[in-house]
Order: sequence, then structure tokens, then C-alpha cells
Amino acid sequence: MATMVKLQRKINGIKEESFNRNRVAEENRRKEHKAALLIQSWFRGCRVRAYLRHLQRKATTIQKIWRGYLGRMYFRRMVKTAYFIMKMNFYNEMAVRIQKRWRAYYVRKYVHNYYALKQYLEGLTMTNEIVRRELEEFAVIKSREREKTALESGERKKDYLARKMHYLVSTEQIAGVFNSPYKLFPDEMEFRLRGAKPLSPKASRSRKHGTEGIVETSAPGTPFTLPQIEHLPPIPKKKQQGPFRDPTEVLLQRYKPLEPTLRVATSIMSVEEAREELKRKEWGSQVNDELFHHFSNANKSRRHELMLHTSSKFGHVDYGTKHFREENPEKLKGKKDFKRVFTTVQVFDKFGKMYSSAGKAV
Amino acid sequence: MSQRQVLQVFEQYQRARTSFVQTIAELSTRPQNIETLQNAGVMSLLRPLLLDVVPTIQQTAALALGRLANYNDNLAEAIVKGDILPQLVYSLAEQNRFYKKAAAFVLRAVAKHSPELAQAVVDCGALDALVISLEEFDPGVKEAAAWALGYIARHNGELSQAVVDAGAIPLLVLCIQEPEVALKRIAASALSDISKHSPELAQTVVDAGAIAHLSQMILNPDAKLKRQVFSALSQISKHSVDLAEMVVEAEIFPAVLTCLKDPDEYVKKNVATLIREITKHTPELSQLIVNAGGVAAVIDYIGDSRGNVRLPGIMMLGYVAAHSENLAMAVIVSKGVPQLAICLSEEPEDHIKAATAWSLGQIGRHTPEHARAVAVANVLPRMLSLYMESESSEDLQVKAKKALKSILQKCTYLPALEPLLHEAPPNILKHVVAQFSKVLPHDSKARRLFVTSGGLRKIQEIKSEPGSVLQEYINSINNCYPEEIVRYYSPGYSDTLLERVDHYQPVM
Repeated sequence: MATMVKLQRKINGIKEESFNRNRVAEENRRKEHKAALLIQSWFRGCRVRAYLRHLQRKATTIQKIWRGYLGRMYFRRMVKTAYFIMKMNFYNEMAVRIQKRWRAYYVRKYVHNYYALKQYLEGLTMTNEIVRRELEEFAVIKSREREKTALESGERKKDYLARKMHYLVSTEQIAGVFNSPYKLFPDEMEFRLRGAKPLSPKASRSRKHGTEGIVETSAPGTPFTLPQIEHLPPIPKKKQQGPFRDPTEVLLQRYKPLEPTLRVATSIMSVEEAREELKRKEWGSQVNDELFHHFSNANKSRRHELMLHTSSKFGHVDYGTKHFREENPEKLKGKKDFKRVFTTVQVFDKFGKMYSSAGKAV
Repeated sequence: MSQRQVLQVFEQYQRARTSFVQTIAELSTRPQNIETLQNAGVMSLLRPLLLDVVPTIQQTAALALGRLANYNDNLAEAIVKGDILPQLVYSLAEQNRFYKKAAAFVLRAVAKHSPELAQAVVDCGALDALVISLEEFDPGVKEAAAWALGYIARHNGELSQAVVDAGAIPLLVLCIQEPEVALKRIAASALSDISKHSPELAQTVVDAGAIAHLSQMILNPDAKLKRQVFSALSQISKHSVDLAEMVVEAEIFPAVLTCLKDPDEYVKKNVATLIREITKHTPELSQLIVNAGGVAAVIDYIGDSRGNVRLPGIMMLGYVAAHSENLAMAVIVSKGVPQLAICLSEEPEDHIKAATAWSLGQIGRHTPEHARAVAVANVLPRMLSLYMESESSEDLQVKAKKALKSILQKCTYLPALEPLLHEAPPNILKHVVAQFSKVLPHDSKARRLFVTSGGLRKIQEIKSEPGSVLQEYINSINNCYPEEIVRYYSPGYSDTLLERVDHYQPVM
């Protein structure tokens, strides 16, 4: 019961209280509403932020992993290329060493063979000696021959003279012209006259002058031909039984001398050498070595004359600078420069040089 | 009058004519009579005698005309103007061999003086008649006809072409094979005259098979024949490589080298000319001749001969050495350089000296070895003096200068360069100093020698513009030596020392 009384007492206050409370609540509603909103929104914000943070972390992880992967790939590629470059450098260096040795060998053996040249010059000196000696001997022989023929013809003439003038021989009574009494011994002509047979008139008429100028077949050095020897038929060689090639062919192939291709045989400095050669030739053929000084008259005081080309009223004709240019740039797309030098066809170098007969088809 | 008396008149006249013509023919052999004969009007008198009834008078008249024309070109022109030639040409076809010989002699005598007269002879249709006479049996007629053709073809290319067009060449080649030496000589000389003008004519001669027959006659004992044969071969081979190769393929080497020892001077000269024309073309041909020992033979030939006949030999050495350095080394090894040095100092004529200088330049220009071989023979001072002498002809000066420059560019043999340092003009001095500046930095003994021989002093005395190439060389030489030595040798050093003496305060 007490409680009932308490409660009844409170009933009147309740209405007021409830109205108060409602009023207060109404007054504070807005504020509380806003506060509640603020709290809710902040909480929602926290939730969203937490979610975003979560997302960001995940995204970062993904990106991190991906970037790590990419970087590693890139690194691997870099390492590969670096390795490749190192290998190529090494190979190039080794190739340079090989080429160095080969070129040294090739040049020393086939291009500027010092020992071959030395041998050749020694052989040449010997040949020269031989030739000089033989020519000397030949000259001596020929001069002796000439003297001999001159002597003989002199003798013959004197004998002929003696035969013609046989009547000048001295007799017992009259001493001849060639037998002077004041000399101890008669002249040699006298002896000739004594031994000479008089010429008969018929002989003098039919005497012919000796044939001159026909090739003396008795003299050495005249061209003669050896008697033609009949050659016997060759002795046939026994051929080895079996699928063997001819031994000469095999030896030829085995000891085939080096036949360098044109590319190997040209010196690497051939262009520069050719230029030098050209320059030297031109220098050697020049009469005037002085350089031509362009515009040497420029400093002499002369009034400058305008070019007709630019000073006419029609202006510059652009011949050559513009006429031959392609006006449509579309057409020039994809066009490369005109190729002037081509690689050689190496297949042609092997023609006819392969061992097998199939190689001839190459 | 009785018949006999009438005939006697004719006989007298004939005898008079015969004796007249014979005396004229005899008189015209002597040059001093010819003026008188010309003034007496012998031409107009001889002309009708050519048409005489008696063959002997015709022949002798033709012979006399020939001798007169031979002497003087005025008389030859008078013959042409007098319209005698057509008559001669006509009778060349008809008459007997003595007349043919005489007529051919007249044609030759007229044609030899000048191209215009030869053209006049050709215009009369003489060529066909002469070619027909080449087919005769008598060797004298053939000789006279070949001689006339040779003289016509000698002057220029058109006349040679006319001779060739008349079909003379196969007949000339046949004439060469005849046994008579005189005929061979003349035919060879005619072929030589035809082939000298142009490559086409030479090719025509070669196509007729001349080379084989000419090469068979190389070892003939007759000297004049050999002269003509070698002259013909050299005229053929001078035009092109193919012709030279054809001549070489006739296997004339090494037999030709024996003819370099022939007693006749002109045979030797023509052999040397032949070898020169062959070596001129390519290195391979030169190599062939070098391998056959030709260089040694030519060098001996140069040593034995004097004067103008040396010239082909000298030029041959130059051509051989010009092709490549190995060939130049072959010339050096065969002892060519001392011989050429002797020629350079001995010969009086300028063109021979020019050729020698050129040859030495060709030998020495390849490598320092070659230049050393040339410099050791003491050639450079002589060449310098030839270049500097005002009496030398311009050609000699140009050639000596070029040779000197080309040898100096490669010469590293300093003892030979020292005399040049003292005497050379500035444009040569540049090259000499350049060579010194290349060698001195690397060789200490040479540096010492350079100082003691007075070269350094001379270098200091050279005046050159700063910044010029010469100054650079001088600087590089000065850099090889310590400064005191350079200052010591610079000009005017004694004056500066004396000045120092003047200004010096003695220490008491």
C-alpha cells in the first residue's frame, strides 16, 4: 500500500514531469539528434576508414608483390644481357686473336713473303751471273769468228790477187817487184806468186761471188730444229681394284694449295692503299705542285659584282635544289636508301673446287 | 739518098739519145752536178725520153729521173707537177723488169721527201701498181716496190692506211720469207714503217702472220737485217699489251739478249728499244724479262755503249722499276744503280740525263730500302746540282726535282742526306729536314753524328716562317737535343756571349 500511496503522490508530478521531460527532450532533441548523428557518422567513418585502410593495405601488398616480380624479371633480363655482352666480348676478343694470327700468317706467307722474295732475288742474281757470263762468252766467240772470217777472206783475196798477177813473179834474170835485191828476204807476196796457179779466162768469167747473207748453218747460235722423235705409246698404269679414287686426284686434293677468296686476298687496308696510290700517281704526274688558291683575287680591291642569278627580277631558279625532291611525303614512307654495296656470292667461290663431283653442281 | 743513109740518120739520133741519157744518169749520181743539171732544164728534156721507143733509153731516163728526185725535193715536186707520175705508173704495169725497177725507184725518190709528195704519188694510183709488182718473180723489182711502199707509209697514218688498203701487207710478209737478204731488209723496214703509226695498223700486220717470220730472222748474221727486224718488232709491240704479249709469245727471249752483244750499234739500240716497249706495259711482262736475265744484259749494254744509244736501256730500267717494289729490288740487285749513277755523271746530253734521273727516281721511290740503295750510290748531290744549274733544260730540271722529291720522301739514310742539307733550296730542304725529323728522335748515334757534322748548326741557320711545316720539323729536331746545345749552335750565339762579357763585373 505504501507504494501505491507513493505512486499516487507522484501521479501529479508525473504529468508535469513528463511534460517537462518532453519539453526538455524536445528542446534537446535537435542537439541530441545532431550529436547522435555525429557519433554515428564518425563511427561509420571509422568503419569506412578501417575498410579503406584494409583495402589499401591489400592493394599495397598486391602491388608490392607485383613490382617485386617485375623487378626480378627485369633484373634477370639485365643479368642475361650483361652475360651475353660479356660472352660476345670474350668471343670477339678470341676471334680477334685468331684473326690476328691468321692474318699474320697469311700476309707473311702469301702476300709479303720475305723468304720467297729473298730466294727469288738470290736466284735472280745467279741467273744474272749466268746470263752475263754466257753473253760474254758469246761475244768472245763471235768476235773470234769474225776475226777468223776476216782473216780467211783476206787470205782468199790475196791468193786471188796472186793468181791474177802471177806474171809479177821474179825470174832468174829479172827480180820481180816483190823481190827487192836490197832486202834480205823477198816479200810474202813473192812467195804467194810463186805458189799461185794462173787463172784461166773461162774460170774468171764463171767465177761467182760467194753467196752472201744466207744463214750460216755451221755457225753456232743459228736456229735449228731437233729431229722429231716418234713417241712410243705410254705404259698403262695398273689401277687399284675397288672403289678407290685415282691416287693423283687424292694427292691433289690432300695437298691442295690455298686458294683464298677475293675477300681474303684483298688487304683490309685496300681502300686506303688505293687512295694513297692514286694520290701518289697524281702527285707524280703533276707538273705544277703549287696549290690552287681559291679566291686569291678576293683581297685585291675590286668592286663586288652581283651574280646574275640572284639579281635578276625573276629571282632565283631553284634548279637542282628543289626540282628533284619528292613532293608527296606519303610516297617516301618505308623507302630505304639505295644500296650500293652487296655481299659477294660465296657459293660461286666454291665452283669447281669441291672434291666430289657433286661439288661441280655448286 | 739511099736507104742506108736514111737509116744512119736515125741510128745517129738514137746513139745521141742513148749517150745523153746515160751521161745524165751518171752525172746525177754526184750531188755537185745536180744544181747545174737543174738549171740547164734537165727535167723537160728527160720527160719525152721516158716515152722513147727504145726500152734502154726509157730505163736509163727513168733511172736518171730517180736519182735527180732523190737528191732534192724541188726536183721531186717538179716531177709531180710535170705529170710524169701517171706515165710511170702506167708503164709499171706493162714493161720489163728493168723499167719496173727504175720506175719504182722514181716513185720512191719522190715519195720520200714529204707527206704531200707521197700523197701525190698515191693519188696517181701508184699503190695498186706497186702492189702488183710485189708479186713479180724478180727480187730486184720486189725490193724496189717494197722500198717505195715503205717510204710512202713512213710519213703518217693515213698514207699507211692507204698502203694497207691496197693489200700490201700479205705480199710484204711473203717477201720477208724470200732468201735474198736485201729483199728481207726492205720488207722488214716497210712493215716497221707501216706498224709504227697506230695499233690498228700494227694489228693488221700481226694478223698477216708477220711476227713468226720476223722472230725467225732474229739470229740472222746480217746486221742491217737485224736492225730492221728489231725495229719492226718494237714498233708492233709498243702500241698495246696484247701486241706486246704476242711478240713475247713468239719466244724471242732469251735469244734476243744475245743480240745485245752485236758489234753493230744500231742493232743493240733497236734490241734495247724492243725490250723497253715490252716492259712498258704490265708488271707481268717486266717480270718475264727480269726472270730471263734481261735486266743484267741491259745493264751491261748501258755500260758498254755511249751517247744516244744508251737511252732505250736507261728507260727500260725505269719502266721495270716503276711497276712494283719487287721489280725495283730486282733492278737494284742486278747492280743497276751504280751504272745509272755513272751515266748521270758521264753523259753530256740533257735528255739522257733527264731519263737517267727519272729512272733513278722510279727505283728509289718505293721503300726506305730502295731509297737507301739509291742514296748510297751518291746520286742525290748530283741530282740536286742538275736541278739547280741554270744551264739544264727545263725538262731535266723538272725530272730531277721530281726524282729527288720522291727519293727523299722515303730516304732514311742520313749520311747521304747531310750534304743536301747544306746545299738545297727551300722547297727541297723541306723534305730533307722532314726526313731528319723522322729519324733523329729514335737514333742516338745519329743524333751525335748530326751534331758533330755541323747539321744542327745548319738547321738553326734556316729561316722559316713560324707555323709553317718546316718550322714544325725544325722544332721536332730541336726537341731531340738539350736546350744548351741548341742555343750554342743558334746563330749569333758568340755575339750574345761577348755582350755578356761586356756587362760582366769582374769579382775583385
